[in-house]
Amino acid sequence: MLVAVLTYVGYGVLTLFGYLRDFLRQWKIEKCQNATEREEQKDFVPLYQDFENFYTRNLYMRIRDSWNRPICSVPGAKVDMMERVSHDYNWTFMYTGRVIKDIINMGSYNYLGFAQNTGACQEAAAKVLSQYGAGVCSTRQEMGNLDKHEELEKLIARFLGVESAMAYGMGFATNSMNIPALVGKGCLILSDELNHASLVLGARLSGATIRIFKHNNMQSLEKLLKDAIVHGQPRTRRPWKKILILVEGIYSMEGSIVRLPEVIALKKKYKSYLYLDEAHSIGALGPSGRGVVEYFGLNPEDVDVMMGTFTKSFGAAGGYIGGKKELIDYLRTYSHSAVYAASLSPPVVEQIITSMKCIMGEDGSTFGKECVQQLAENTRYFRRRLKEMGFIIYGNEDSPVVPLMLYMPAKIGAFGREMLKRNIGVVVVGFPATPIIESRARFCLSAAHTKEILDTALKEISEVGDLLQLKYSRHRLVPLLDRPFDETTYEETED
Amino acid sequence: MAAAVGVGQQWVLVEMVQAFYEAPAYHLILEGILILWIIRLLFSKTYKLQERSDLTPKEKEELIEEWQPEPLVPPVSKDHPALNYNIVSGPPTHKITVNDKECINFASFNFLGLLDNEKVKNAAQASLKKYGVGTCGPRGFYGTFDVHLELEERLAKFMRTEEAIIYSYGFATIASAIPAYSKRGDIVFVDEAACFAIQKGLQASRSNIKLFKHNDMVDLERLLKEQESEDQKNPRKARVTRRFIVVEGLYMNTGDVCPLPELIKLKYKYKVRIFLEESLSFGVLGEHGRGITEHFGINIDDIDLISANMENSLASIGGFCCGRSFVIDHQRLSGQGYCFSASLPPLLAAAAIEALNIMEDNPDIFQTLQGKCKRIHRALQGISGLKLVGESFSPALHLQLEESCGSRENDVKLLKRVVDY
Repeated sequence: MLVAVLTYVGYGVLTLFGYLRDFLRQWKIEKCQNATEREEQKDFVPLYQDFENFYTRNLYMRIRDSWNRPICSVPGAKVDMMERVSHDYNWTFMYTGRVIKDIINMGSYNYLGFAQNTGACQEAAAKVLSQYGAGVCSTRQEMGNLDKHEELEKLIARFLGVESAMAYGMGFATNSMNIPALVGKGCLILSDELNHASLVLGARLSGATIRIFKHNNMQSLEKLLKDAIVHGQPRTRRPWKKILILVEGIYSMEGSIVRLPEVIALKKKYKSYLYLDEAHSIGALGPSGRGVVEYFGLNPEDVDVMMGTFTKSFGAAGGYIGGKKELIDYLRTYSHSAVYAASLSPPVVEQIITSMKCIMGEDGSTFGKECVQQLAENTRYFRRRLKEMGFIIYGNEDSPVVPLMLYMPAKIGAFGREMLKRNIGVVVVGFPATPIIESRARFCLSAAHTKEILDTALKEISEVGDLLQLKYSRHRLVPLLDRPFDETTYEETED
Repeated sequence: MAAAVGVGQQWVLVEMVQAFYEAPAYHLILEGILILWIIRLLFSKTYKLQERSDLTPKEKEELIEEWQPEPLVPPVSKDHPALNYNIVSGPPTHKITVNDKECINFASFNFLGLLDNEKVKNAAQASLKKYGVGTCGPRGFYGTFDVHLELEERLAKFMRTEEAIIYSYGFATIASAIPAYSKRGDIVFVDEAACFAIQKGLQASRSNIKLFKHNDMVDLERLLKEQESEDQKNPRKARVTRRFIVVEGLYMNTGDVCPLPELIKLKYKYKVRIFLEESLSFGVLGEHGRGITEHFGINIDDIDLISANMENSLASIGGFCCGRSFVIDHQRLSGQGYCFSASLPPLLAAAAIEALNIMEDNPDIFQTLQGKCKRIHRALQGISGLKLVGESFSPALHLQLEESCGSRENDVKLLKRVVDY
């Protein structure tokens, strides 16, 4: 309770100061550091409303140095960062030219540690680069379909256990351009509260009606499904053409895993279709890294559309969709991305092929399997230790995304800076990606993190936690207690 | 007339009756009407707002059983022309192997021939050795590499603007840039022949869209005048509605250029901002390849935002927007394809930097390209049955059938036979 009050007070103070400084800037007492409109265009309608940027100007600018940190090495377990200083309170940055070496990287989405610049993947990519060039210069339906793409798609289909698959150049674009191809007006989309911006954009572009159910709440979903089928479309009362449920495997801001068995049961009972976005969970969950479907031991054919990205676990770029052959054939002809957007770049394709073969074990070594197991061990160990220390952690026990609650706006900036001083790079998120009083720091674990790295990180986190009084949890976990599988454990705040 | 308890009820009653007689007529009538209204409300039936048909659970079950959704996707016939892709083996350079047949490549957008360039490949290899392939994060969370910053600086310097911002996919560039500025209630004037990415950007922005006929400045001026007269009726609203014109430098759908000098005049006359999409004209038009602003000799600050993708002339993947810091900086927090998506793989950024170097060092390749375009244009003019659409210096041309066969399907089949030969 106290924490909630203090958080609101913190935001209140910042807002007051924000108004004061805006006032000073308007009356030219304080210098305005923003870029301004051209002289010739001063009488045009202003491009931005003053109020839209209030948050940006006054709150974001103060702690802007925690984001957009430039790095200059491969984003593995340890990374080198370019040092930058600001003399005018974060309005402009200057690079001192020095490089801070060996920062422990807890921010990159490098779950299986494939972000490497040496090794089999990199060599294969280099060979393909010298053979094919870097770009493609064409769309998929025209001259952009290389033989490499065909090979990749067959491999993805085998990896996921589906009939066929199709790959696209960008994960964000995969969602926003294929959902409109699947549903249109007269259809219903049921989407989770905390879905990613790409899913929301795709749903909006499709023109279907969108209804939102509470995060991971199966009763809410069932109620919506029942109401939708019984009452039909809102005003005409005609039945819906199709119902599509949009969920994600792991939610990147919460770290929670979707309740897939229950969703599939509901989907079968009410005859709707399921679109699963495995951006973070492919490669990271499941005993052999095949994602959330394998984690729950379900049949991949139950999920109608399995979508994922290659950016996180495979160390490349792009997205894919897997499913039945009719679905993929339809997408090959009607997807906006296939017709108008460029296809994947050849060295990137080669990286995906090599890393996927490695995970599946087809290249003859057990490296892939070891990575998956290492990630699972790291996850459990890290989460347990953090809970023992007394932090509030959201999310499922097995998800490699670990959000640590900060709540107060000042602690966002302080946490980021203190951790950087101790050579650990973390990601802090606040409004608008999270609700305004629930700002958090998010750790992304990786198979490349060894136990020593994790221990160092944990020690530093504990130190900073004591310094900033972040150990809010009133539940103290007894060390070495083996807890049974628990779904979406939420620590309650003091109320 | 506060009924204070007075001395003796009768006396109060007498006072009330007296006041009753002294009150003006309209007052009495009003009170009478109010009393009648209250009586009516008390006795009328109550209306429910929604007809909640109370279905029994059993009826609901039956409805759920009965409902049959459509199949997720309609079936696609096996010989749909777009289903079977041509498989290209080997790099898509000037000579290309399609379906095991060797052909000369007239289909890729490889305008400057930089796809196969050794220097570009070497730069990409060096970057691959240093950074690996992927960036494993969006720009905000440790996904900003020094190559990205360098590429942004180089692009800004090349185009002579203050700042540039890079996206990791060409399609997403303009489709994220437009909704970042133009929201619901704003007005966008866009050409009819705008490409698909612009259409998606406009759809995502939910603004009012006004189409004007392709390259027809008279039509555009008419629309602007109409808008102006509307504004005068409602000046308060007009002061906060932003207005934009979105045009392309070289249109992909028709192969001709937009009349930029007239557009600039219209911009200042009617106070609208211009967004220019230069995917095809960047690296093609102009003496140094800076695009259509150089081609027409216009001050680049007059255009509010220039967006282009690097997949055509620069032979890489991705896109960029450039303009003044005032305009571009906003996209760093509100461009959806920038904030919520992983950044460009560094090897592609390094390839783009090297391609820029080549473009800056050899400005005569643009002349070569223009010369070749003009030759092909002249050579294709005289073919009977086919019409050539596109400017003489445009590297992307359309061949259309002179006379239509009657139905669209037959047209498509005929064109496909021409293509397959």
